[in-house]
Amino acid sequence: MPVRSEKLFLLIIAVMLIPSTAWAFDQSTGIDTGATAWMLVSTSLVLLMVPGLAMFYGGLVRTKNVLGTMMHCFAAMAVMGVLWAVCGYAMAFGPNIGDGFFGQWCGWDPGLVLLSSIDGQAIMSPEIRIPPLVFAMFQGKFAIITPALIAGAFAERVRFSGYCVFIALWGLLVYNPLCHWVWADDGWLFNLNAIDFAGGTVVHISAGITGLIAAIYLGARRGYPQTSMHSNNMVMTMMGVGLLWVGWFGFNAGSSLTSGLKTAQALTVTQIAAAAGALAWITIEGLHLRKATSLGMASGILAGLVVITPAAGVVQPGGAIVLGVAASGLCYLAIMMKNKLGYDDTLDVFGIHGVAGMGGALLLAFFIRDGEMPADRTAITQFGVQLLGVVATLIYAGVVSIVILVLVNKTIGLRIDENDEMAGLDHSLHGEHGYGLLNLN
Amino acid sequence: MKLITAIIQPDKIEEVHEALIRVEILRITVSRCTGHGQAEQQDLYRGQKHTPNLIPKVRIDIACNEEFVEPAVNAILQYAKHDSGTIGDGKIFITQLEQCIRIRTGERGETAI
Repeated sequence: MPVRSEKLFLLIIAVMLIPSTAWAFDQSTGIDTGATAWMLVSTSLVLLMVPGLAMFYGGLVRTKNVLGTMMHCFAAMAVMGVLWAVCGYAMAFGPNIGDGFFGQWCGWDPGLVLLSSIDGQAIMSPEIRIPPLVFAMFQGKFAIITPALIAGAFAERVRFSGYCVFIALWGLLVYNPLCHWVWADDGWLFNLNAIDFAGGTVVHISAGITGLIAAIYLGARRGYPQTSMHSNNMVMTMMGVGLLWVGWFGFNAGSSLTSGLKTAQALTVTQIAAAAGALAWITIEGLHLRKATSLGMASGILAGLVVITPAAGVVQPGGAIVLGVAASGLCYLAIMMKNKLGYDDTLDVFGIHGVAGMGGALLLAFFIRDGEMPADRTAITQFGVQLLGVVATLIYAGVVSIVILVLVNKTIGLRIDENDEMAGLDHSLHGEHGYGLLNLN
Repeated sequence: MKLITAIIQPDKIEEVHEALIRVEILRITVSRCTGHGQAEQQDLYRGQKHTPNLIPKVRIDIACNEEFVEPAVNAILQYAKHDSGTIGDGKIFITQLEQCIRIRTGERGETAI
């Protein structure tokens, strides 16, 4: 009897093994169901970052502006959500519009308008066995969160209609071309092997420099910096940054476009860099101010997450710790500098996203895992390529943003008028109040 | 000594506060309160306009010596007004203040204010 039961057991194991080879791919369509499932989760996780960002930003402004500030993030979901499907994806991931220097400005594929040509397509390529619609929606979330990030720089002082037009133009003229340069197969930075795993240049540096320019162009909030402007709800801010951390696993690990070793590597360093950034920031604060603040914790987490974004696919845990610590140090200095210089980047979009994004894009060259860059490159030559990517992003996003800002401000009006600013965005622009009878702020 | 209590619209508090500082009224208490006079304030809730029973207002309390009463009142009158005066701009109440005691030192009267 023991022999028979052993045989039965082996038979059961054997039967269980037979279909397992078929489980990796769906036989009829060639879809890698495991990778597709993870990419669907990643897409949802990145979308979750937008309400997370709304809570993070919303908690940091004054009571009278909480809804207006959260609406900036949600408006990006609405505006970019439509634009991306209509023509954003076609611009970002279509082939170059022409030859030569200017032909590489952007892509265009009329078939991708309204995502029509990929509607019935099962897999992207034999290497990337996920439906292209999943990739388009995953990338679309990045196009949503990037303009939403900018909103922090001019929080509490812009008109809602002007803001919506601004992000629409910015998405079309700044984000889509940058995304094409860095991630499309024929993008010029992609072909130089400039490493930007999940959007250090495309998302964070472009949002950071645009925020800086917008904050300076639109001017400071009324009363800044003499009047103290307290955040209305740090509890909401802390929950928001927690959601951002969770969502960032989709942002970074999802950027591997598979569910395999690269995914695991990206997820691991994302966790480590965020933790290192948080620990570094509260340590710096503890030494400098004798107190660790919750906003410091949140800022450190964010700095760590931003710095690892371009580097998540190529650095190892040791490098992630160095990057996280460096990001917090650099961002802390940048915010001290801002306070000295006196411009009003309200929620430190440049101080955190711009600075940590640049830090990550540049410093990653020195922590690359063996075999991740072309054989003829050294850390120094890779650094040069990274620097080129950063400078190109700064110049392009900076110049085009100025043009869009002036255009929108002179026509529709972007800066809110003084009375509405004093009354608060919530009442003057949306006809609502964020809270009930809480104390005045 | 007088106690000035002003009930004003929330969106005017910044300007009134700044104006009071300019006339050297540096000790004020501000609180959010609700009430209703003649005004109706309309908020939007899913497209439906409705009128709350109690309207948010801001209450400013200023305890001051006699010579500060007129500058304080003028500052509030000038800056709490919407345009040339709208229903709901608020009211100012002035009452006789019997005593004022500074808790830290125990001082009483005009020097304690």
